[in-house]
Amino acid sequence: MPDFWKFFLLLLMSAVIIAAWSMEPPQNQLGEVSRLFYFHIPVAWVTALAYFVAMSHSVLYLRRRELLYDVKASSAAELGTLFCVLATITGSIFAKMTWGAFWNWDPRQTSILILLLIYGAYLALRSAVREPGRKAALSSVYCIFAFPAAVFLIFVTPRAYQSLHPASSVIDTSGRIQMPAPILVTFLASLICFTLIFIWVYTLQTAIGRNRLSERKL
Amino acid sequence: MEKKSSSLVYKGWCIFSKDLKSELRNRYALNALLMFAVTTLVAVSFAVGQFGLGENLLAALFWIVIFFSALSGLAQTFIKEEETKTASTLKLVASASSIYLGKLTFNIALLLALEVVIVPLFFLLSNVGGANLLLFFAVLILASLGLAAATTLIAAMVSKAAVKGALFAALSFPILLPLLVTAIQGTELSFKGEAFMSGFSELKVLLSYLVVMLVASLMLFDFVWSE
Repeated sequence: MPDFWKFFLLLLMSAVIIAAWSMEPPQNQLGEVSRLFYFHIPVAWVTALAYFVAMSHSVLYLRRRELLYDVKASSAAELGTLFCVLATITGSIFAKMTWGAFWNWDPRQTSILILLLIYGAYLALRSAVREPGRKAALSSVYCIFAFPAAVFLIFVTPRAYQSLHPASSVIDTSGRIQMPAPILVTFLASLICFTLIFIWVYTLQTAIGRNRLSERKL
Repeated sequence: MEKKSSSLVYKGWCIFSKDLKSELRNRYALNALLMFAVTTLVAVSFAVGQFGLGENLLAALFWIVIFFSALSGLAQTFIKEEETKTASTLKLVASASSIYLGKLTFNIALLLALEVVIVPLFFLLSNVGGANLLLFFAVLILASLGLAAATTLIAAMVSKAAVKGALFAALSFPILLPLLVTAIQGTELSFKGEAFMSGFSELKVLLSYLVVMLVASLMLFDFVWSE
């Protein structure tokens, strides 16, 4: 990542942090805890993004059989795990403050837990296979195969069962965004920041993986 | 084209009957599977039997017994091919899709054989009265087909890995969870004696899960099998 982007990220992230703590809480009836909104949703978004990146590179690996795609897929999955843990923790704190318990099997909590389990199983599978080509092929297949299950859990289950998760407060049922302008701007800036952090760490990780690959060839 | 598909089904059938024959000779998977299921069922029933559990808990326990018994036995059909080093021969005689179909049919048969024993035993031990049996069997059969469709591909993956036992459960659980949640809810409705149509949405989810998993497995099996 060019240096310009790193400085941009530094400034934007500082601005987001200052704005998130100095402005009014985004939802007054929920109080101070609703400031988590600026961090929880971007982290959850990166989790889904990382999974999608891992899945699409798995498809590319199976098509072209180049280990670099596997490096890209597994780096995305490792980073996704980290962001998934963060999303789960911030979500649990929110749940404790608003619903009274850290964990109460809300459909949203269930779906994030399953995403975490999928990532965990993917990494367990990788450590259980030694030969690199076979490791890459099997974990790619698993990543693709888990995708329909994740779609079921993220899109079908929360709509089929009642959820306490605030969704209508961000985007209402007609699909329009219902937020005052300063809150929306801070939220979008935070979304950009977390995506940039993901891209930054992801490029570093794939660079490390690429070096390891060329070492092995030597 | 028609000839090709008929030979695909025919070869799948041949692999199924080969597996069935060798299974009936030594009962390698079936005995372990049955003993596991009966032991779990008896243990659960012994621990909670006197409390008169509600339908939701009974449905959950029923599916836990089926799920873990299935996981203890369904990987054997591929592990056996790897252990006896017959996988490469199988690769020569049949295409990947027909092998998947054959192994899937075998796993379905194994699961249904297990349920023939478990279901009457479960009803006997748990005092479920007034259940809607039509809904119960519809949920049971659709969920078993979905369970077999999803786990057969994972079983093939696990047979290529170094540690097999624990990995199979770890890989299967996240993928099977949508199925399990829906099956438990459908079974709960049937235990309560609700009308068939009230469980219709559960049956629709189970059917779509089955179709999605079957198509995904057929697409991906070749990559696992050629490893």
